[in-house]
Amino acid sequence: MDIGTLRGLGTALVFIAFIGVVIWAYGSKRKARFDDDAMLPFADDPEAAKRIEQESRSKQ
Amino acid sequence: MSTATTPTAYNYKVVRQFAVMTVVWGVIGMAMGVFIAAQLVWPELNLGLPWTSFGRLRPLHTNAVIFAFGGCALFATSYYVVQRTSQARLISDGLAAFTFWGWQAVIVLAVITLPMGYTSSKEYAELEWPIDILIAVVWISYALVFFGTVIKRKTKHIYVGNWFFGGFILTVALLHIVNSAALPVDYLKSYSAYSGATDAMIQWWYGHNAVGFFLTAGFLGMMYYFVPKQAERPIYSYRLSIVHFWALISIYIWAGPHHLHYTALPNWAQSLGMAMSLILLAPSWGGMINGMMTLSGAWHKLRTDPILRFLVVSLAFYGMSTFEGPMMAIKTVNALSHYTDWTIGHVHAGALGWVAMISIGAIYHMLPKVFGRNEMHSIPLINAHFWLATIGTVLYIASMWVNGITQGLMWRAVNEDGTLTYSFVESVVASEYGYVVRVIGGAFFLTGMLLMAYNTWRTVRDSKPAEAEAAAQMA
Repeated sequence: MDIGTLRGLGTALVFIAFIGVVIWAYGSKRKARFDDDAMLPFADDPEAAKRIEQESRSKQ
Repeated sequence: MSTATTPTAYNYKVVRQFAVMTVVWGVIGMAMGVFIAAQLVWPELNLGLPWTSFGRLRPLHTNAVIFAFGGCALFATSYYVVQRTSQARLISDGLAAFTFWGWQAVIVLAVITLPMGYTSSKEYAELEWPIDILIAVVWISYALVFFGTVIKRKTKHIYVGNWFFGGFILTVALLHIVNSAALPVDYLKSYSAYSGATDAMIQWWYGHNAVGFFLTAGFLGMMYYFVPKQAERPIYSYRLSIVHFWALISIYIWAGPHHLHYTALPNWAQSLGMAMSLILLAPSWGGMINGMMTLSGAWHKLRTDPILRFLVVSLAFYGMSTFEGPMMAIKTVNALSHYTDWTIGHVHAGALGWVAMISIGAIYHMLPKVFGRNEMHSIPLINAHFWLATIGTVLYIASMWVNGITQGLMWRAVNEDGTLTYSFVESVVASEYGYVVRVIGGAFFLTGMLLMAYNTWRTVRDSKPAEAEAAAQMA
Protein backbone atom coordinates (compact mmCIF):
# COMPACT_ATOMS: atom_id res chain seq x y z
CA MET A 1 0.00 0.00 0.00
CA ASP A 2 1.37 3.40 -0.84
CA ILE A 3 2.00 5.89 1.97
CA GLY A 4 -0.64 8.34 0.68
CA THR A 5 -3.39 5.69 0.92
CA LEU A 6 -2.22 4.79 4.42
CA ARG A 7 -2.43 8.42 5.52
CA GLY A 8 -5.87 8.74 3.97
CA LEU A 9 -7.04 5.68 5.87
CA GLY A 10 -5.59 7.15 9.06
CA THR A 11 -7.60 10.33 8.59
CA ALA A 12 -10.76 8.32 7.90
CA LEU A 13 -10.15 6.20 11.00
CA VAL A 14 -9.74 9.25 13.25
CA PHE A 15 -12.89 10.79 11.77
CA ILE A 16 -14.88 7.62 12.44
CA ALA A 17 -13.49 7.44 15.98
CA PHE A 18 -14.56 11.04 16.59
CA ILE A 19 -18.09 10.40 15.32
CA GLY A 20 -18.12 7.32 17.54
CA VAL A 21 -17.19 9.36 20.62
CA VAL A 22 -19.91 11.92 19.84
CA ILE A 23 -22.57 9.23 19.38
CA TRP A 24 -21.44 7.49 22.57
CA ALA A 25 -21.39 10.69 24.63
CA TYR A 26 -24.72 12.00 23.37
CA GLY A 27 -26.59 8.67 23.35
CA SER A 28 -29.77 8.97 25.42
CA LYS A 29 -28.97 5.69 27.17
CA ARG A 30 -26.06 7.28 29.02
CA LYS A 31 -27.74 10.56 29.98
CA ALA A 32 -28.57 9.52 33.54
CA ARG A 33 -25.06 8.16 34.05
CA PHE A 34 -23.44 11.42 32.97
CA ASP A 35 -25.83 13.48 35.09
CA ASP A 36 -24.70 11.43 38.07
CA ASP A 37 -21.03 11.74 37.12
CA ALA A 38 -21.34 15.51 36.89
CA MET A 39 -22.30 15.50 40.59
CA LEU A 40 -19.09 13.68 41.65
CA PRO A 41 -17.37 16.86 42.91
CA PHE A 42 -20.26 17.32 45.36
CA ALA A 43 -20.26 13.76 46.70
CA ASP A 44 -18.17 15.01 49.64
CA ASP A 45 -20.57 17.86 50.38
CA PRO A 46 -24.14 16.55 50.79
CA GLU A 47 -25.46 20.00 51.72
CA ALA A 48 -24.22 21.58 48.49
CA ALA A 49 -25.60 18.60 46.54
CA LYS A 50 -29.00 19.17 48.16
CA ARG A 51 -28.95 22.89 47.32
CA ILE A 52 -28.07 22.13 43.69
CA GLU A 53 -30.88 19.59 43.43
CA GLN A 54 -33.42 22.01 44.87
CA GLU A 55 -32.31 24.70 42.48
CA SER A 56 -32.57 22.48 39.41
CA ARG A 57 -35.99 21.26 40.54
CA SER A 58 -37.31 24.79 41.07
CA LYS A 59 -36.28 25.64 37.51
CA GLN A 60 -38.31 22.81 35.96
CA MET B 1 -1.94 11.91 65.48
CA SER B 2 -2.78 8.37 64.49
CA THR B 3 -5.62 9.57 62.25
CA ALA B 4 -3.09 10.79 59.71
CA THR B 5 -2.43 7.24 58.65
CA THR B 6 -5.88 5.72 58.99
CA PRO B 7 -7.55 4.98 55.68
CA THR B 8 -10.56 7.08 56.70
CA ALA B 9 -8.62 10.29 56.08
CA TYR B 10 -7.34 11.90 52.90
CA ASN B 11 -3.64 12.57 52.50
CA TYR B 12 -3.70 16.36 52.75
CA LYS B 13 -0.11 16.69 53.91
CA VAL B 14 1.32 16.42 50.40
CA VAL B 15 -1.43 18.71 49.09
CA ARG B 16 -0.54 21.34 51.74
CA GLN B 17 3.16 21.09 50.88
CA PHE B 18 2.63 21.49 47.15
CA ALA B 19 0.03 24.27 47.66
CA VAL B 20 2.37 26.37 49.80
CA MET B 21 5.27 25.81 47.40
CA THR B 22 3.04 26.91 44.51
CA VAL B 23 2.84 30.33 46.15
CA VAL B 24 6.55 30.43 47.03
CA TRP B 25 7.74 29.48 43.52
CA GLY B 26 5.10 31.74 41.99
CA VAL B 27 6.60 34.75 43.77
CA ILE B 28 10.18 33.73 42.89
CA GLY B 29 9.49 32.83 39.25
CA MET B 30 7.47 35.98 38.57
CA ALA B 31 10.01 38.19 40.35
CA MET B 32 12.60 36.68 38.01
CA GLY B 33 10.31 37.54 35.10
CA VAL B 34 9.99 41.17 36.17
CA PHE B 35 13.76 41.35 36.63
CA ILE B 36 14.60 40.07 33.15
CA ALA B 37 11.86 42.28 31.65
CA ALA B 38 13.65 45.19 33.34
CA GLN B 39 16.96 44.00 31.84
CA LEU B 40 15.45 44.50 28.39
CA VAL B 41 14.76 48.14 29.27
CA TRP B 42 17.93 48.78 31.31
CA PRO B 43 20.64 46.41 30.04
CA GLU B 44 22.91 47.52 32.93
CA LEU B 45 20.84 45.16 35.08
CA ASN B 46 22.77 42.30 33.51
CA LEU B 47 25.31 43.46 36.13
CA GLY B 48 28.13 42.51 33.78
CA LEU B 49 28.19 39.00 35.23
CA PRO B 50 27.62 35.79 33.25
CA TRP B 51 25.37 34.33 35.97
CA THR B 52 22.96 37.26 35.91
CA SER B 53 22.83 37.80 32.15
CA PHE B 54 19.50 37.64 30.35
CA GLY B 55 20.44 34.52 28.40
CA ARG B 56 20.90 32.49 31.57
CA LEU B 57 18.12 33.97 33.68
CA ARG B 58 15.44 33.70 31.00
CA PRO B 59 15.36 29.87 31.09
CA LEU B 60 15.41 30.11 34.89
CA HIS B 61 12.28 32.30 34.70
CA THR B 62 10.47 29.94 32.30
CA ASN B 63 11.40 26.84 34.30
CA ALA B 64 10.43 28.50 37.58
CA VAL B 65 7.00 29.64 36.44
CA ILE B 66 6.08 26.62 34.30
CA PHE B 67 7.55 23.70 36.21
CA ALA B 68 7.95 25.10 39.73
CA PHE B 69 4.85 27.32 40.07
CA GLY B 70 2.63 25.55 37.49
CA GLY B 71 4.00 22.11 38.37
CA CYS B 72 3.40 22.48 42.11
CA ALA B 73 -0.10 23.81 41.40
CA LEU B 74 -0.81 20.74 39.24
CA PHE B 75 0.57 18.30 41.82
CA ALA B 76 -1.39 19.96 44.63
CA THR B 77 -4.71 20.15 42.81
CA SER B 78 -4.49 16.74 41.12
CA TYR B 79 -3.74 15.01 44.44
CA TYR B 80 -6.61 16.91 46.07
CA VAL B 81 -9.11 16.34 43.26
CA VAL B 82 -8.31 12.68 42.67
CA GLN B 83 -8.79 11.90 46.36
CA ARG B 84 -12.02 13.84 46.75
CA THR B 85 -13.69 12.70 43.54
CA SER B 86 -12.57 9.09 44.05
CA GLN B 87 -13.34 9.19 47.77
CA ALA B 88 -10.10 7.37 48.40
CA ARG B 89 -6.81 8.21 50.07
CA LEU B 90 -3.71 8.39 47.86
CA ILE B 91 -2.47 4.88 47.22
CA SER B 92 0.96 5.53 48.79
CA ASP B 93 1.96 8.25 51.24
CA GLY B 94 5.63 7.43 50.83
CA LEU B 95 5.60 7.68 47.05
CA ALA B 96 3.55 10.89 47.23
CA ALA B 97 6.14 12.37 49.62
CA PHE B 98 8.87 11.28 47.21
CA THR B 99 7.17 13.20 44.37
CA PHE B 100 7.13 16.32 46.55
CA TRP B 101 10.77 16.20 47.63
CA GLY B 102 11.93 14.91 44.25
CA TRP B 103 10.18 17.74 42.41
CA GLN B 104 11.60 20.35 44.79
CA ALA B 105 15.07 18.84 44.22
CA VAL B 106 14.60 19.20 40.45
CA ILE B 107 13.70 22.87 40.91
CA VAL B 108 16.65 23.56 43.19
CA LEU B 109 18.99 21.87 40.72
CA ALA B 110 17.54 24.08 37.96
CA VAL B 111 18.14 27.16 40.10
CA ILE B 112 21.78 26.11 40.49
CA THR B 113 22.66 24.80 37.02
CA LEU B 114 20.88 27.26 34.72
CA PRO B 115 22.65 30.45 35.96
CA MET B 116 25.92 28.51 35.79
CA GLY B 117 25.28 28.02 32.10
CA TYR B 118 24.61 24.27 32.04
CA THR B 119 21.95 23.83 29.38
CA SER B 120 20.93 21.37 26.70
CA SER B 121 19.73 24.48 24.79
CA LYS B 122 16.32 22.91 24.14
CA GLU B 123 13.66 25.48 25.01
CA TYR B 124 11.58 24.49 28.07
CA ALA B 125 13.80 21.37 28.33
CA GLU B 126 17.10 23.08 29.15
CA LEU B 127 18.04 20.93 32.12
CA GLU B 128 20.96 18.57 31.62
CA TRP B 129 20.69 14.79 31.52
CA PRO B 130 21.16 13.80 35.20
CA ILE B 131 18.32 16.18 36.14
CA ASP B 132 16.25 14.83 33.23
CA ILE B 133 16.59 11.34 34.69
CA LEU B 134 15.44 12.57 38.10
CA ILE B 135 12.46 14.29 36.42
CA ALA B 136 11.53 11.02 34.68
CA VAL B 137 11.73 9.04 37.95
CA VAL B 138 9.63 11.60 39.85
CA TRP B 139 7.12 11.77 37.02
CA ILE B 140 6.66 8.01 36.80
CA SER B 141 6.14 7.96 40.59
CA TYR B 142 3.53 10.70 40.13
CA ALA B 143 1.76 8.54 37.53
CA LEU B 144 1.82 5.55 39.91
CA VAL B 145 0.34 7.58 42.78
CA PHE B 146 -2.31 9.20 40.58
CA PHE B 147 -3.47 6.15 38.64
CA GLY B 148 -3.13 3.90 41.69
CA THR B 149 -5.57 6.20 43.48
CA VAL B 150 -7.92 6.22 40.49
CA ILE B 151 -7.90 2.41 40.52
CA LYS B 152 -8.80 2.19 44.22
CA ARG B 153 -11.62 4.74 43.89
CA LYS B 154 -14.91 4.08 45.71
CA THR B 155 -16.97 5.78 43.01
CA LYS B 156 -18.18 3.87 39.95
CA HIS B 157 -16.84 6.24 37.30
CA ILE B 158 -13.76 8.40 36.92
CA TYR B 159 -14.65 12.09 37.11
CA VAL B 160 -13.79 14.03 33.92
CA GLY B 161 -11.32 16.26 35.76
CA ASN B 162 -9.25 13.14 36.48
CA TRP B 163 -9.32 12.20 32.80
CA PHE B 164 -7.66 15.50 32.01
CA PHE B 165 -5.11 15.13 34.83
CA GLY B 166 -4.41 11.55 33.70
CA GLY B 167 -3.97 12.56 30.05
CA PHE B 168 -1.59 15.32 31.14
CA ILE B 169 0.51 12.99 33.32
CA LEU B 170 0.87 10.25 30.68
CA THR B 171 1.62 12.57 27.80
CA VAL B 172 4.18 14.65 29.70
CA ALA B 173 6.03 11.43 30.61
CA LEU B 174 6.15 10.47 26.93
CA LEU B 175 7.17 13.94 25.75
CA HIS B 176 9.87 14.38 28.36
CA ILE B 177 11.48 10.98 27.87
CA VAL B 178 11.51 11.13 24.04
CA ASN B 179 12.70 14.74 23.76
CA SER B 180 15.36 14.39 26.48
CA ALA B 181 17.03 11.36 24.86
CA ALA B 182 20.67 12.41 24.62
CA LEU B 183 24.23 11.17 24.48
CA PRO B 184 26.14 12.32 27.59
CA VAL B 185 29.67 13.59 27.07
CA ASP B 186 30.35 14.18 30.72
CA TYR B 187 28.18 14.49 33.79
CA LEU B 188 26.76 17.89 32.87
CA LYS B 189 27.04 17.97 29.10
CA SER B 190 25.12 15.97 26.52
CA TYR B 191 24.08 16.10 22.89
CA SER B 192 20.57 15.41 21.61
CA ALA B 193 19.95 11.94 20.21
CA TYR B 194 18.45 13.60 17.13
CA SER B 195 19.96 15.94 14.61
CA GLY B 196 19.02 18.69 12.18
CA ALA B 197 15.38 19.23 11.22
CA THR B 198 14.39 16.01 13.01
CA ASP B 199 15.77 17.40 16.27
CA ALA B 200 13.89 20.66 15.70
CA MET B 201 10.65 18.80 15.01
CA ILE B 202 10.98 16.59 18.09
CA GLN B 203 11.84 19.64 20.19
CA TRP B 204 8.70 21.47 19.07
CA TRP B 205 6.56 18.37 19.25
CA TYR B 206 7.68 18.43 22.89
CA GLY B 207 7.51 22.22 23.19
CA HIS B 208 4.01 22.67 21.89
CA ASN B 209 2.67 19.73 23.84
CA ALA B 210 4.27 21.11 26.97
CA VAL B 211 1.77 23.89 26.25
CA GLY B 212 -1.00 21.50 25.23
CA PHE B 213 -0.72 19.02 28.04
CA PHE B 214 1.27 20.58 30.89
CA LEU B 215 -0.28 24.03 30.52
CA THR B 216 -3.68 23.10 29.10
CA ALA B 217 -4.95 19.58 29.81
CA GLY B 218 -3.68 19.64 33.40
CA PHE B 219 -5.22 23.03 34.09
CA LEU B 220 -8.47 21.96 32.41
CA GLY B 221 -8.55 19.15 34.95
CA MET B 222 -8.29 21.87 37.59
CA MET B 223 -11.06 23.86 35.88
CA TYR B 224 -13.43 20.86 35.79
CA TYR B 225 -13.28 20.54 39.55
CA PHE B 226 -12.83 24.03 40.94
CA VAL B 227 -15.26 25.94 38.71
CA PRO B 228 -18.23 23.68 39.57
CA LYS B 229 -17.15 23.64 43.24
CA GLN B 230 -16.77 27.37 43.62
CA ALA B 231 -19.93 28.15 41.61
CA GLU B 232 -21.83 25.34 43.36
CA ARG B 233 -23.24 23.98 40.15
CA PRO B 234 -22.34 20.88 38.16
CA ILE B 235 -20.45 21.38 34.92
CA TYR B 236 -22.63 22.77 32.11
CA SER B 237 -22.34 19.70 29.89
CA TYR B 238 -20.64 16.51 30.99
CA ARG B 239 -21.10 15.11 27.48
CA LEU B 240 -19.32 18.06 25.90
CA SER B 241 -16.46 17.49 28.33
CA ILE B 242 -16.02 13.94 27.01
CA VAL B 243 -16.07 14.95 23.35
CA HIS B 244 -13.71 17.88 23.84
CA PHE B 245 -11.33 15.77 25.95
CA TRP B 246 -10.79 13.21 23.18
CA ALA B 247 -10.69 15.87 20.47
CA LEU B 248 -8.20 18.00 22.41
CA ILE B 249 -5.73 15.25 23.22
CA SER B 250 -5.79 13.72 19.74
CA ILE B 251 -5.29 17.02 17.89
CA TYR B 252 -2.83 18.91 20.13
CA ILE B 253 -0.10 16.36 19.47
CA TRP B 254 0.07 17.41 15.77
CA ALA B 255 0.29 21.18 16.22
CA GLY B 256 4.04 21.46 16.98
CA PRO B 257 5.27 22.27 13.43
CA HIS B 258 3.70 25.75 13.61
CA HIS B 259 6.77 26.71 15.66
CA LEU B 260 8.89 25.96 12.59
CA HIS B 261 7.12 27.83 9.79
CA TYR B 262 9.47 28.89 6.97
CA THR B 263 12.36 26.84 8.34
CA ALA B 264 14.16 23.74 7.02
CA LEU B 265 11.20 21.63 8.14
CA PRO B 266 9.48 20.06 5.08
CA ASN B 267 6.69 22.23 3.77
CA TRP B 268 4.04 19.52 4.12
CA ALA B 269 4.83 19.22 7.83
CA GLN B 270 4.45 22.99 8.25
CA SER B 271 1.06 22.90 6.50
CA LEU B 272 -0.03 19.93 8.61
CA GLY B 273 0.90 21.81 11.78
CA MET B 274 -1.03 24.85 10.59
CA ALA B 275 -4.15 22.82 9.70
CA MET B 276 -4.11 20.96 13.03
CA SER B 277 -3.62 24.21 14.92
CA LEU B 278 -6.68 25.70 13.22
CA ILE B 279 -8.79 22.63 14.07
CA LEU B 280 -7.64 22.98 17.70
CA LEU B 281 -9.84 26.03 18.10
CA ALA B 282 -12.91 23.77 18.35
CA PRO B 283 -11.87 21.53 21.29
CA SER B 284 -10.22 24.48 23.05
CA TRP B 285 -13.38 26.52 22.92
CA GLY B 286 -15.35 23.43 23.91
CA GLY B 287 -13.62 23.60 27.29
CA MET B 288 -13.92 27.36 27.55
CA ILE B 289 -17.64 27.33 26.76
CA ASN B 290 -18.25 24.43 29.13
CA GLY B 291 -16.60 26.30 32.00
CA MET B 292 -18.25 29.64 31.23
CA MET B 293 -21.74 28.18 30.79
CA THR B 294 -21.47 26.49 34.18
CA LEU B 295 -22.01 30.00 35.50
CA SER B 296 -25.24 30.52 33.54
CA GLY B 297 -27.93 31.56 35.97
CA ALA B 298 -25.29 32.16 38.66
CA TRP B 299 -23.52 35.18 37.23
CA HIS B 300 -24.55 37.22 40.27
CA LYS B 301 -22.06 35.18 42.32
CA LEU B 302 -19.27 37.03 40.51
CA ARG B 303 -20.28 40.23 42.27
CA THR B 304 -19.37 38.90 45.68
CA ASP B 305 -16.86 36.13 45.06
CA PRO B 306 -13.36 37.15 43.94
CA ILE B 307 -12.24 33.50 43.77
CA LEU B 308 -14.94 32.77 41.19
CA ARG B 309 -13.82 35.91 39.36
CA PHE B 310 -10.30 34.50 39.08
CA LEU B 311 -11.66 31.25 37.68
CA VAL B 312 -14.01 32.84 35.16
CA VAL B 313 -11.59 35.49 33.93
CA SER B 314 -8.99 32.75 33.48
CA LEU B 315 -11.44 31.02 31.14
CA ALA B 316 -11.93 34.27 29.23
CA PHE B 317 -8.16 34.56 28.74
CA TYR B 318 -8.05 30.88 27.78
CA GLY B 319 -10.67 31.50 25.11
CA MET B 320 -8.82 34.56 23.87
CA SER B 321 -5.39 32.94 23.67
CA THR B 322 -6.74 29.76 22.06
CA PHE B 323 -8.23 31.96 19.36
CA GLU B 324 -5.02 33.94 18.98
CA GLY B 325 -2.89 30.78 18.79
CA PRO B 326 -4.57 29.18 15.76
CA MET B 327 -4.62 32.58 14.06
CA MET B 328 -0.86 32.97 14.60
CA ALA B 329 -0.31 29.43 13.29
CA ILE B 330 -1.63 30.50 9.85
CA LYS B 331 1.52 30.76 7.76
CA THR B 332 0.78 34.23 6.36
CA VAL B 333 0.03 35.61 9.84
CA ASN B 334 3.08 33.81 11.19
CA ALA B 335 5.22 35.51 8.55
CA LEU B 336 4.44 38.74 10.39
CA SER B 337 4.34 37.51 13.98
CA HIS B 338 7.17 34.96 14.20
CA TYR B 339 10.29 35.98 16.14
CA THR B 340 8.52 39.16 17.32
CA ASP B 341 7.23 40.12 20.78
CA TRP B 342 3.73 39.14 19.65
CA THR B 343 4.70 35.52 20.40
CA ILE B 344 5.83 36.47 23.90
CA GLY B 345 2.58 38.38 24.40
CA HIS B 346 0.58 35.35 23.24
CA VAL B 347 2.42 33.02 25.61
CA HIS B 348 1.75 35.35 28.53
CA ALA B 349 -1.93 35.73 27.66
CA GLY B 350 -2.04 31.99 28.26
CA ALA B 351 0.48 31.84 31.10
CA LEU B 352 -0.67 34.82 33.18
CA GLY B 353 -4.30 35.02 32.07
CA TRP B 354 -5.15 31.33 31.97
CA VAL B 355 -2.61 29.17 33.80
CA ALA B 356 -1.71 31.51 36.66
CA MET B 357 -5.24 32.84 37.23
CA ILE B 358 -6.91 29.41 37.31
CA SER B 359 -4.16 28.16 39.65
CA ILE B 360 -4.52 31.16 41.92
CA GLY B 361 -8.30 30.69 42.04
CA ALA B 362 -7.92 26.98 42.74
CA ILE B 363 -5.35 27.56 45.51
CA TYR B 364 -7.56 30.20 47.17
CA HIS B 365 -10.41 27.67 47.14
CA MET B 366 -8.32 24.73 48.32
CA LEU B 367 -5.87 26.23 50.80
CA PRO B 368 -8.35 26.95 53.62
CA LYS B 369 -9.93 23.52 53.09
CA VAL B 370 -6.68 21.58 53.51
CA PHE B 371 -5.65 23.73 56.47
CA GLY B 372 -9.00 23.32 58.20
CA ARG B 373 -10.07 26.97 57.92
CA ASN B 374 -13.42 28.29 56.68
CA GLU B 375 -11.89 30.71 54.25
CA MET B 376 -8.72 32.63 53.43
CA HIS B 377 -7.49 35.13 56.04
CA SER B 378 -8.66 38.10 53.95
CA ILE B 379 -11.23 38.13 51.12
CA PRO B 380 -10.63 41.85 50.28
CA LEU B 381 -6.97 40.95 49.66
CA ILE B 382 -8.09 38.27 47.17
CA ASN B 383 -10.14 40.95 45.44
CA ALA B 384 -7.16 43.30 45.31
CA HIS B 385 -5.05 40.45 43.94
CA PHE B 386 -7.65 39.81 41.25
CA TRP B 387 -7.54 43.38 39.96
CA LEU B 388 -3.75 43.58 40.10
CA ALA B 389 -3.49 40.33 38.14
CA THR B 390 -6.05 41.37 35.54
CA ILE B 391 -4.58 44.84 34.96
CA GLY B 392 -1.06 43.38 34.89
CA THR B 393 -2.00 40.79 32.28
CA VAL B 394 -3.77 43.31 30.04
CA LEU B 395 -0.80 45.73 30.21
CA TYR B 396 1.59 42.90 29.39
CA ILE B 397 -0.25 41.50 26.38
CA ALA B 398 -1.30 44.86 24.94
CA SER B 399 2.27 46.18 25.01
CA MET B 400 3.56 43.03 23.34
CA TRP B 401 0.90 43.22 20.60
CA VAL B 402 2.00 46.75 19.78
CA ASN B 403 5.68 45.78 19.92
CA GLY B 404 5.22 42.60 17.92
CA ILE B 405 3.28 44.14 15.07
CA THR B 406 5.68 47.11 14.99
CA GLN B 407 8.67 44.78 14.75
CA GLY B 408 7.03 42.53 12.15
CA LEU B 409 6.12 45.48 9.92
CA MET B 410 9.53 47.15 10.30
CA TRP B 411 11.44 43.94 9.51
CA ARG B 412 9.51 43.26 6.32
CA ALA B 413 9.48 46.87 5.04
CA VAL B 414 11.57 47.25 1.87
CA ASN B 415 12.52 50.25 -0.24
CA GLU B 416 11.79 50.44 -3.93
CA ASP B 417 15.24 49.12 -4.77
CA GLY B 418 14.67 46.07 -2.57
CA THR B 419 16.87 47.10 0.35
CA LEU B 420 15.54 46.96 3.91
CA THR B 421 13.91 50.19 5.12
CA TYR B 422 14.95 49.71 8.73
CA SER B 423 17.99 48.26 10.42
CA PHE B 424 17.31 45.74 13.19
CA VAL B 425 18.40 48.15 15.89
CA GLU B 426 15.76 50.67 14.77
CA SER B 427 13.08 48.08 15.59
CA VAL B 428 14.68 47.62 19.02
CA VAL B 429 14.55 51.38 19.64
CA ALA B 430 10.88 51.41 18.55
CA SER B 431 10.15 48.65 21.10
CA GLU B 432 11.44 50.51 24.14
CA TYR B 433 8.11 51.95 25.33
CA GLY B 434 6.47 48.54 25.04
CA TYR B 435 9.22 47.06 27.17
CA VAL B 436 8.61 49.70 29.85
CA VAL B 437 4.87 48.95 29.87
CA ARG B 438 5.66 45.25 30.14
CA VAL B 439 7.78 45.82 33.26
CA ILE B 440 4.89 47.77 34.79
CA GLY B 441 2.38 45.05 33.89
CA GLY B 442 4.64 42.37 35.31
CA ALA B 443 5.13 44.40 38.49
CA PHE B 444 1.34 44.60 38.89
CA PHE B 445 1.06 40.84 38.57
CA LEU B 446 3.94 40.26 40.99
CA THR B 447 2.44 42.64 43.56
CA GLY B 448 -0.73 40.55 43.45
CA MET B 449 1.33 37.43 44.13
CA LEU B 450 2.93 39.13 47.14
CA LEU B 451 -0.56 39.82 48.52
CA MET B 452 -1.32 36.14 47.97
CA ALA B 453 1.85 35.13 49.82
CA TYR B 454 0.87 37.31 52.80
CA ASN B 455 -2.69 35.98 52.75
CA THR B 456 -1.40 32.41 52.57
CA TRP B 457 1.01 32.96 55.43
CA ARG B 458 -1.75 34.40 57.66
CA THR B 459 -4.15 31.57 56.76
CA VAL B 460 -1.55 28.89 57.44
CA ARG B 461 -0.44 30.57 60.68
CA ASP B 462 -4.01 30.59 62.00
CA SER B 463 -4.46 26.90 61.27
CA LYS B 464 -4.11 24.58 64.24
CA PRO B 465 -2.75 21.08 63.61
CA ALA B 466 -5.90 19.53 65.03
CA GLU B 467 -8.06 21.56 62.63
CA ALA B 468 -6.01 20.55 59.64
CA GLU B 469 -6.20 16.94 60.68
CA ALA B 470 -9.95 17.08 61.18
CA ALA B 471 -10.36 18.58 57.71
CA ALA B 472 -8.72 15.55 56.14
CA GLN B 473 -11.35 13.16 57.51
CA MET B 474 -13.52 11.54 54.85
CA ALA B 475 -17.18 12.52 55.06
